[in-house]
Amino acid sequence: MSNTRQSWYEAGARERIAALVDPASFAEFIGPERREISPHLSIFDLPTQFDDGIVVGCGAIGGTPVFVAAQEGRFMGGAVGEVHGAKLTGLLRAAKAVARDVVIAFDTGGVRLQEANAGEIAIAEIMRGVVEARMAGVRVVGLIGGRAGCYGGGGLIAGCCSTLIVSEQGRISVTGPEVIETNKGVEEFDSRDRSFVWRTMGGKHRTLIGGADVFVEDDTMAFRDATRAALARAPKLDGNTLAAEQARLERRITRFGEASDATDIWQLLGIDDPWAIPDMPATGFATLADTYRERADDAR
Amino acid sequence: MTPAEILDSLFPAGHAVTAEIDLLFGRGMLESGTVHVIGATGRAPIGIDQAIRLSAAVLEITSIDDAAPILFLVDTASQRMSRRDELLGLSEYLAHLAKSLLLAEARGHRTIGLLYGGSAAGAFIATALACGTLVALPGAHPEVMDLPSMARVTKLPIPVLEEKAKATPVFAPGLDNLVRVGGIAEVWDAGRSLSEQLTALLATPRAGDDRATFGSAQHGRTKAAAVASEILAVAGR
Repeated sequence: MSNTRQSWYEAGARERIAALVDPASFAEFIGPERREISPHLSIFDLPTQFDDGIVVGCGAIGGTPVFVAAQEGRFMGGAVGEVHGAKLTGLLRAAKAVARDVVIAFDTGGVRLQEANAGEIAIAEIMRGVVEARMAGVRVVGLIGGRAGCYGGGGLIAGCCSTLIVSEQGRISVTGPEVIETNKGVEEFDSRDRSFVWRTMGGKHRTLIGGADVFVEDDTMAFRDATRAALARAPKLDGNTLAAEQARLERRITRFGEASDATDIWQLLGIDDPWAIPDMPATGFATLADTYRERADDAR
Repeated sequence: MTPAEILDSLFPAGHAVTAEIDLLFGRGMLESGTVHVIGATGRAPIGIDQAIRLSAAVLEITSIDDAAPILFLVDTASQRMSRRDELLGLSEYLAHLAKSLLLAEARGHRTIGLLYGGSAAGAFIATALACGTLVALPGAHPEVMDLPSMARVTKLPIPVLEEKAKATPVFAPGLDNLVRVGGIAEVWDAGRSLSEQLTALLATPRAGDDRATFGSAQHGRTKAAAVASEILAVAGR
């Protein structure tokens, strides 16, 4: 075991998988040697990648077989195109078929613009795949802490997972900061105000409101340990789960619906000094969050 | 067609559907039985307040074991783009709506999306595309990304994009393109009774998510079905 900390944020998709699974346990499906590239990017004279920006396969975590998928945020911002999406859809259908848990390392800006229609339907197919697998008793654990964050359709897929593990860098949202600003103006959303973006969409805020379940340091080993723990939780998605989620999300609007900034919400949660949150180190934050935060638990 | 005209044509035997601003809730009667109706209309964006109201209705229907289908009328903008919606976690609200529709389907309620106007991006995914079967009326105009935005990002002039769009349905907005990639199962004939068309659809059993196969048959998505099937075959061993 190496003592050197490896940043999840800086790591690529394959490095993240290597850190997550037991040594030499990973086998990729439709790997880069197959050169299963996007058939659409050439229309725009754009470069392709042999794995279309996602690695899928099987491995073991702590000896337990799992399916693993990792998006590559450095290729087209991890955006979901036809082939990329189909690889994840196939993996989720297999998970349901053989009752095996799935770990998804998200790193995506959402639907790939150049193949928008194919990507949009792929997101819908993936969400259906996640939900049908979960209803059959499979756990689908999402990990978010990469460069591209988890935006657009990626945010919707994440919202279907059983457990979400995030680091501070793990931004989750539907519309990206630049798109809100372009459409609604800088008064509504200043995409260049980084601290505003991070406290509105970042991992700390999502953890505090119950949008994410486990907060970890930006460290591949921390992600792995949290994944192991998440895979030990009882799997469940049924009418009771969604009734509980309905109540949880209604309560959030009642409780925080008038807040205009994340710090207002943190204050309402009972945190004395909300402005200290952004600079708080991960372990200190996780302890504080445990005391004050909203939880999803069996309501996701 | 307006929602009122659509409902009259769908349910000549009668319907009780009420509007709450841009949302619809109620039921209609077919000869074959009751159909639950929900709707997101008026080309309005879907934010957390709309999504939570729609999911509440879907979950309420799901708790009734009547196995009656759910018809979802859709004419929306995109997801609501605002600081408040994102601050409160819009992704969770949209995902929850989609999950509710998928649960309803698993509990035996056929879910039929009827796209009669616009819909875009996250709102499209959480409403129309989360239904088991999606049909459209002529004139519906789904769009994932509008061409001016695409032009900005791809740095290609709109006429160039329009020219490229003639060769592939994969990126440009519009009903025909969404049909060709497999997203829409049927485009109904607005000149015929919608009631008959819905009845015929409900009489045909649905077999799983066949959108990729459909898209492949129309050469709109040539790889998705094969790639997903291969992974299922290899991984499922």
